[in-house]
Amino acid sequence: MSASDAPSERAASPRRSWGPLALALPALVLLVAVIGYPLATIVIRSFTEPQAGLQNYSWFFSTPVNLVVLQRTFTISAWVTLVCVFCAYPFAYAMTAVGPKLRMLLTLCVLIPFWVSGVVRTLSWVILLQDSGVINSMLRSVGLDGVRLIRTQTGVIIGMAQVLLPFMVLPLYSVMKGIDLRLVQAARSLGAGPIRAFFTVYLPLSLPGVYAGAIIVFILALGFYITPALLGGPRSTMLSTLVQNQVLSLLQWGRGGAMGVVLLVATFLLLALAGPLMRQRHKQGTR
Amino acid sequence: MTMHPLTRVLLGLACILVGLWLVAPTLVVVPMSFNENKSLAFPPQGFSWQWYQNFVTNPEWSTSFFNSLKVAVVVAILATVLGTLAAFGLDRMRARPAGLLRMLLLTPMVVPGVVLAIGIYAVYLDARLVGTMTGFVLAHTILALPFVLIAVQASLEVFDKRLETAAASLGAGRIATFRTVTLPLIAPGILSGLLFAFVTSFDEIIVSLFITSPYMKTLPVQIFTSITRDADPTVAAVGTILLCATTILIGGGLLLLGRDRRSSL
Amino acid sequence: MSETGKQRGAAIDLSAVSKAYGSFRALDDISLHVEPGEFMTLLGPSGSGKTTTLNVIAGFTEVSSGSLQVGGRSVVGVPAHKRNIGVVFQHYALFPHMTVGRNVAYPLALRGIAKAEREARVKRALDMVRMADFAHRYPSELSGGQQQRVALARAIVFDPPLLLMDEPLGALDKKLREWLQLEIKRIHRELGTTFVYVTHDQEEALVLSDRIAVFNRGKIEQVGTGRDLYDAPATLFVGRFIGDSTVLRGRPRGDRSSTALDIAGETVTAPHRHAGDTQPVLLLRPEKLTIRRPGSDRRDGHNRLSGTVSEAIYLGSGSKYEVRLRDGSTAIVRSPLTDTSFAIGETVELCFRGEDAKLLADDSTADTTLT
Repeated sequence: MSASDAPSERAASPRRSWGPLALALPALVLLVAVIGYPLATIVIRSFTEPQAGLQNYSWFFSTPVNLVVLQRTFTISAWVTLVCVFCAYPFAYAMTAVGPKLRMLLTLCVLIPFWVSGVVRTLSWVILLQDSGVINSMLRSVGLDGVRLIRTQTGVIIGMAQVLLPFMVLPLYSVMKGIDLRLVQAARSLGAGPIRAFFTVYLPLSLPGVYAGAIIVFILALGFYITPALLGGPRSTMLSTLVQNQVLSLLQWGRGGAMGVVLLVATFLLLALAGPLMRQRHKQGTR
Repeated sequence: MTMHPLTRVLLGLACILVGLWLVAPTLVVVPMSFNENKSLAFPPQGFSWQWYQNFVTNPEWSTSFFNSLKVAVVVAILATVLGTLAAFGLDRMRARPAGLLRMLLLTPMVVPGVVLAIGIYAVYLDARLVGTMTGFVLAHTILALPFVLIAVQASLEVFDKRLETAAASLGAGRIATFRTVTLPLIAPGILSGLLFAFVTSFDEIIVSLFITSPYMKTLPVQIFTSITRDADPTVAAVGTILLCATTILIGGGLLLLGRDRRSSL
Repeated sequence: MSETGKQRGAAIDLSAVSKAYGSFRALDDISLHVEPGEFMTLLGPSGSGKTTTLNVIAGFTEVSSGSLQVGGRSVVGVPAHKRNIGVVFQHYALFPHMTVGRNVAYPLALRGIAKAEREARVKRALDMVRMADFAHRYPSELSGGQQQRVALARAIVFDPPLLLMDEPLGALDKKLREWLQLEIKRIHRELGTTFVYVTHDQEEALVLSDRIAVFNRGKIEQVGTGRDLYDAPATLFVGRFIGDSTVLRGRPRGDRSSTALDIAGETVTAPHRHAGDTQPVLLLRPEKLTIRRPGSDRRDGHNRLSGTVSEAIYLGSGSKYEVRLRDGSTAIVRSPLTDTSFAIGETVELCFRGEDAKLLADDSTADTTLT
């Protein structure tokens, strides 16, 4: 684009007016009413119920069970993220390397679970993992003892990772698709072996996708509710279940709210920390 | 780029395993749905259509299905209209406020479901919206809106605004330009937003679990309660139906997209 | 050109038009008259205001002040889609979701023209740009040159009295560009419509135009035929922008009737008087300079400058030399093929008649604007 276009560009660029804001206004009103107001209510209740003060938070951080669950929530999320990264990376790479027909098939493999109802997929895991489930019947048919999978942490991680895998594959694929393979060839021509070329050129260039996917998966995992509720047991309870329990069963709005706020703050902190990291990596990746 | 044969084999193997892991587990609902016994234990015994029959005839199941359908249709339309309007608004704003508003409008995607659910539940209790159609529609619309926004914004980004100038030079006013140039060119984005919004609402479970009532249940809520209450293979039948519907929709969509691309390129 | 006698073009009158973006004056008091049916080219470097002028005429940009008439009527405040002006864009701007035929029919459909007539006119317009066989193709199936011809057909199909073209050939390769220039010239002749053409390519401007308006920094430096601009540039900027030129700068030593410049010890004189406070410079076209070996006989009335050949380019019809003068500046000389040739590094002498040099005011900003 030549500089002579610059003035006309500027002419076409939006002027200061309220028109655009008016277009976005209905969505914003709904956002405030159905997201902003409820979240504010929860935050306020966490400080005011049953009486004003920090007692809900001091309760949360002084009760061992809560801390165990908090720690477990992070541990499970980390495991899920790790499993997703290691499974999604070769898969996404293969998606960029194969011909169009195979790519279509691989894309379908990702998209179908992505679109199939999460409840249905969790149901499948219940059927698979239960004591009388597919895995155990297969183990028994070859003469082995059954293993306990349902209501264990391992079961929860397997189920969650499968549900969240598409969220890892899709950003990874979109970044990998844009990587110029001639760079790897250049590295090879400069004397790098295949492994070295991968670790010094391809991997760094694909990291933005890894970060983006990992953040999405981790954040979604932190707030997971359905899968742990159906696949998990008392020893694999996550924070979301505790929140639900406080509010629906014990009617402790203040305590449930405080837990929710902790979860919310953790989520936004992670997002805030990840933002610059992703941006910086992105710059390195494209330049 | 040439790949070492061993790398190729390992990569292929990893791919097959991950692909299986993604798709195969869900398929287990298919054999279970034809079980003769009222049990979800594997392997299923015999063959029968009774659970499909139950899904159609049992009012608990059919009502929840139609509730979900009604909510999802209204949500899809509402979220698409609001999201498209917002996308246009953000597109015509200066970069900074647009970025800020976009972030705000995307928050429903990252707020942990349960936190949102108890918040909405608290507000709905006061507003008497628990267990109402309006309540479901409002909550699902705001959850679906980010998907519409992303889809429409993506297509607006690709849309060449200079075409609008060209249309004006050929005699098209603002409305004619929008109808004949802008809308047809961003229609794929709006359509995929619509589809996303529909599916988001149809699948939504966490908020639904809180704002549901015995008189207003959606399908995912019904599935959830059924799984936790008893081992009713009707859930497997429902799962199979949803699986087939999704596969047909996605497969058809991909085929359509492929054909469309061929004809226009 | 109005050889056809049709006179279907509209006149354009810009008078004292300014356009400011904040403190930046994209157009600074522009006045320009275009005759009906004339082919007027707006020529200038990037950011000189030529595209802004076009956008102002088209109605994409509103003027900050001044008046603008098309066909004798003021169009200030009239929105673009009501001006009935055809525009061809550098980026083609064909609608990707419509076939070629529907693209060309688009302006006719907007004007409510009946289907039968619409089809006939689409066919005529596509015939004119020789694209009739492509009516059912989509723009993405066409090459750049083909797309631009369709864009041209779309811009003329509704018989606008005025056609604006914004660097329409800018994205095409040289061969195609030269061929399309001739096509555009032919279409202009056949239509009799007024054409306003924006380009930064002076050769293109010379090939196409009846008259050329040279833009620089939001102002018009000069309006005239290609010949006028080449032979009698009004400013140093115009002289340097159109064609090759040698610019001589030096310490002036003028008297009443002539101007002399002292260039690194050598003196050249021109029989014109320089007025004003600015530094005088002499501008010479390559064919007005003669190149020869030094020490040859001196002819009266000829200025001489010595230098060394820094570049020799064989052009087929002759040779072009770049000669580095003693003050470090470069002179450009064209000599016919029959003459002796000179090698790079050779010391030579340049001669010219004082009256062939154009005396201009030094506009040092011209150097920074030109690349």
